[in-house]
Amino acid sequence: MRLELSGVTKSFGSHRVLDNISLDLPGVHAFVLIGPSGGGKSTLLRILAGLERAESGLVAIDGAGLPREEEALRKYRCGVGTVFQAYNLFPHLSAIENIMLPLEKVHGLARAGAHARAMETLQRFQLEAHAHKKPAQLSGGQKQRVAIARAVAIKPRLLLFDEPTSALDPEMTAEVLEMIEELKGEGRDLILVTHEMAFARVAADQVAFLDNGRILECAPPEEIFAAARSESCRRFLGKILRY
Amino acid sequence: MPAETDQAEPPLWRKAGSLLLALAFLAGLFTFAFSTTIYRWNWPAVWVYRSLFVRGWLVTLLLSGISLVASCLIGALLALLRRTPLLPLRYLARIYVETIRGTPLLVQLLIFWYVVAPAFGIGNRYVAGVLTLSVFSGAYISEVIRSGIESVGQSQLDSARAIGLTTLQTYRYVIFPQAIRQMLPPLAGQFASLIKDSSLLSIIGISEFTLNAQNVSSYTYSNFESYLPLALGYLLLTLPISLWTQSLERRNRFET
Repeated sequence: MRLELSGVTKSFGSHRVLDNISLDLPGVHAFVLIGPSGGGKSTLLRILAGLERAESGLVAIDGAGLPREEEALRKYRCGVGTVFQAYNLFPHLSAIENIMLPLEKVHGLARAGAHARAMETLQRFQLEAHAHKKPAQLSGGQKQRVAIARAVAIKPRLLLFDEPTSALDPEMTAEVLEMIEELKGEGRDLILVTHEMAFARVAADQVAFLDNGRILECAPPEEIFAAARSESCRRFLGKILRY
Repeated sequence: MPAETDQAEPPLWRKAGSLLLALAFLAGLFTFAFSTTIYRWNWPAVWVYRSLFVRGWLVTLLLSGISLVASCLIGALLALLRRTPLLPLRYLARIYVETIRGTPLLVQLLIFWYVVAPAFGIGNRYVAGVLTLSVFSGAYISEVIRSGIESVGQSQLDSARAIGLTTLQTYRYVIFPQAIRQMLPPLAGQFASLIKDSSLLSIIGISEFTLNAQNVSSYTYSNFESYLPLALGYLLLTLPISLWTQSLERRNRFET
């Protein structure tokens, strides 16, 4: 995919979260955003997911600009899969119903077709035993894997992850990261906000470092992790990789 | 899904026995209290007027039933108005809710019947009564619905938007099924209040259950013989609602 940002700016009240961000990545498949909390990573991801609108600037994926009008933006959201930090499964629906809801109501599949596709997706990720459990009966890792299955089942052109493992213990984190890596292996394009530097190093083909609403670096992981050019990125990595 | 509770469900015989024990205790308490009162019971005099009770009860049933449905519609509309981006409508809904909740139903009934109803050509006191009751109860129900809707967190709304649901679908498939769980207990209370509040309709001359019981009381110079059946009659209306919402609550239960 080709990802272009030019002059993207976003404020909440008087606080400028994204400050005139520009970027052009012609052939990126796994784009990872890193940086300190409050640096603007999640906001940028939410803009890419079509959940927020930039105040100014342009965002384009494969040459097509993201729409600004709500109904067109909703259509755009139908084509991307977004996974959040706090799973965000619907608590009143079972795992399989969570996956079927967008298939049936948004993508127009018949009930039987939606059920078959959802089951197939659950089986692929060894989650079929949990198909009829409600989210409260699943572990954090299982919830997140079901959430990813829900995002994948719609066959999105792009997958977005907003700190998908921040609420998980190391074992469950590994479980979820394996699943993301598998998706990447299939050649699916993904954009990921994460604090898992080891994962970023192996999975990303481009890493961007965001601080104070600006992209201070954007390079392949081997370059960033070996020799970050900016002082704040070096400090950030030094701190986070120390323990 | 089976609900997980801290306590195991007691066997049926224990539940039945405990219920009888509780009822016996209360019955004993009231039997004692009444036995210390010097009161000459005269049931046969009241029995003569039994059809008045039945007719009053049916009128109350009908008026409350219609008001219940109408107040839910008004409540839902108000709750949506309070979430609309159109500021004048939002203020209108807000003022409506605050005014109705802050003033006595008695005053509202009098103003509606003597001022508003004639102005709009409503001559039928039953229609006016049902309208006032619905307007009154709708204000309370709108608050129940609004807080139910607001109990559904932002992360759920984000998730609904992310999968591409429209606003209407989000209400239908995400917000409402979760909000209903929060709404049922206060709604049951509100419905019971509505039924009991309908007794105030007597002041605009509607011969509903309470008015009829009062009349029988004055015809027969009796008190408890008229008012005990009255209490029982209201319980007959409110108890099914309470049981019905409880079973709905059980069906809509899920852990969060």
